Amino acid sequence: MTIRIAIAQCAPAIGAFKRNMELHIDWIARAKRERADLVVFPELSLTGYYVKDLAGDVACAADDRCLEPLVAASREIDVMAGFVERSADARLHIAEGYWHQGRLVHVHRKVYLPTYGIFDDGRYFGAGERFETFESAAGRAGIAICEDLWHVSVPYLYAAGGASVVFCPSASPGRGVAEGGDLGTAESCRLMDRFYAQYLTVYVVFANRVGHEDGIGFWGGSEVVAPDGTVVARAGEFEEQLLVADIDPALVARERARNPLLRDEREDLVLRTLSARLGLGSPRERDTRANEGLRRP
Amino acid sequence: MNERAIRPDPRDPSPLRIDEALVRKMLVGFLRDETAKARVRRVVLGVSGGVDSAVVAALAVEAFGAENVLALYTPYRTSSRHSRTDARAVAERFGFALEEVPITAQVDAYFAEAGGDVADRIRIGNKAARERKSIEYDRSWPDGLVLGTSNKTELLLGYGTQFGDMACALNPVGDLYKTQLRELAAHLDVPRRIIDKAPTADLWVDQTDEGELGFTYADADLLLYHMVDRRLRPDELIAAGFDADLVRRIRERVRRSHYKRVMPLIAKVSLRTIGHDFLYPRDWEED
Repeated sequence: MTIRIAIAQCAPAIGAFKRNMELHIDWIARAKRERADLVVFPELSLTGYYVKDLAGDVACAADDRCLEPLVAASREIDVMAGFVERSADARLHIAEGYWHQGRLVHVHRKVYLPTYGIFDDGRYFGAGERFETFESAAGRAGIAICEDLWHVSVPYLYAAGGASVVFCPSASPGRGVAEGGDLGTAESCRLMDRFYAQYLTVYVVFANRVGHEDGIGFWGGSEVVAPDGTVVARAGEFEEQLLVADIDPALVARERARNPLLRDEREDLVLRTLSARLGLGSPRERDTRANEGLRRP
Repeated sequence: MNERAIRPDPRDPSPLRIDEALVRKMLVGFLRDETAKARVRRVVLGVSGGVDSAVVAALAVEAFGAENVLALYTPYRTSSRHSRTDARAVAERFGFALEEVPITAQVDAYFAEAGGDVADRIRIGNKAARERKSIEYDRSWPDGLVLGTSNKTELLLGYGTQFGDMACALNPVGDLYKTQLRELAAHLDVPRRIIDKAPTADLWVDQTDEGELGFTYADADLLLYHMVDRRLRPDELIAAGFDADLVRRIRERVRRSHYKRVMPLIAKVSLRTIGHDFLYPRDWEED
């Protein structure tokens, strides 16, 4: 049985939440016409990316009424979309929600906030602190928002946590126009998508936006890469497109049978090595001590 | 995939090469998107007969159609007659109408009235550049945007008149070095004569950019590429074989002209100040 994923490679307006919500409803309808099980929107698709001081103006709680149209739409098709989340203690986060059958089932807050070069996320947003997997239409999944995916540990933790698909909603600016027919950023992203997919034996779903904000162009090029490293579907660059891809969850099992890297992965060694480096002692010793403490009468 | 390492080498200009088709697509998209956000569909630009404005005009015609491009040729009495011929050749090649608006009368009247030193060609040149821009802005009212034509080399060297030729609403070519812009010009089919002629601000007779700057664009572009784009320090550039004097002169030009590339300074006295901690996207859209 295959699962059909639609990626909305769209161009949200900056700071115009209501207009962007209308855009979402429109693209969700298009995805439904394509009989997709899930539609994935890029990073901050409801607000625009370089919001700067607008961040507070466009922010909302994850259960805010303004997100109700997505809740309603998700009764017929799963929806993943990006928004500025205001937490209960008034921090602002770059968030991506997953709505399923009229319910928000998962929110990922961007952990790695790029604050260098053309990026200033850290000035306006607080960092997320969790990498949790959840059940998506395409199987157990993790969300890595744009820069999150550039950190090797993130897809690794998701794969270790049981994910068979990693979603990467992005707002990646196109740059590096050297001769050779490809953007520098496109080359890097495709390399990552393929590497993670093949070596963690997961599907990678890269959903990038298009359009311009203050002279910076987002390059699109959304793609779905299978656990065998093949590109299932890839969108054009710098153009709006609803990209539809059929994924086969059984391929994950077949690839893992052929290539059991995850089965053989020594997570305990990773943990022990990092614990020692951070001066936290051996996890096994700590666990033993804690267990002994519990057993005491 | 480009698997060859890029090394700083004054004899190797290949790092400056661009993918022209990709850049063209990016710049046409930039013009369309950014004008749409401003809710305008018409642009104004000065076409001088040089390669920079020829490229911007070609991109604008592709983005908006020739009927939405107002191109102004604004000669001063010292302007070269070749400039007019070349400006017309660009208009003919890309199919837009070129309007001629001479600026001699107002520039000369100003200096005569003000009793200024009309022999000071820098002042006349700056005045002419600002006169031209004031006309472009006037002609953009009420539904157009002024396009800039300053390239990355000029902007980094500060080789332009502040609020004159450097002024604009949108600049599609400001991130392309002169060498790269010529490459794009050939791809866009700008007449060969215009690509190959000696670049000039044409502010006085027989002026050439390279004569005035004291180095060639080819040398400056490669040096700037490694200095700016690839972040090499002056001592690293010199160690890689770049001329030490050229490195120092160009670095100093970039430093001294930085004021031209930023918004005017505002003295901070209040709790929240424009430009300091009142930071909104320029493309701030309405809901």
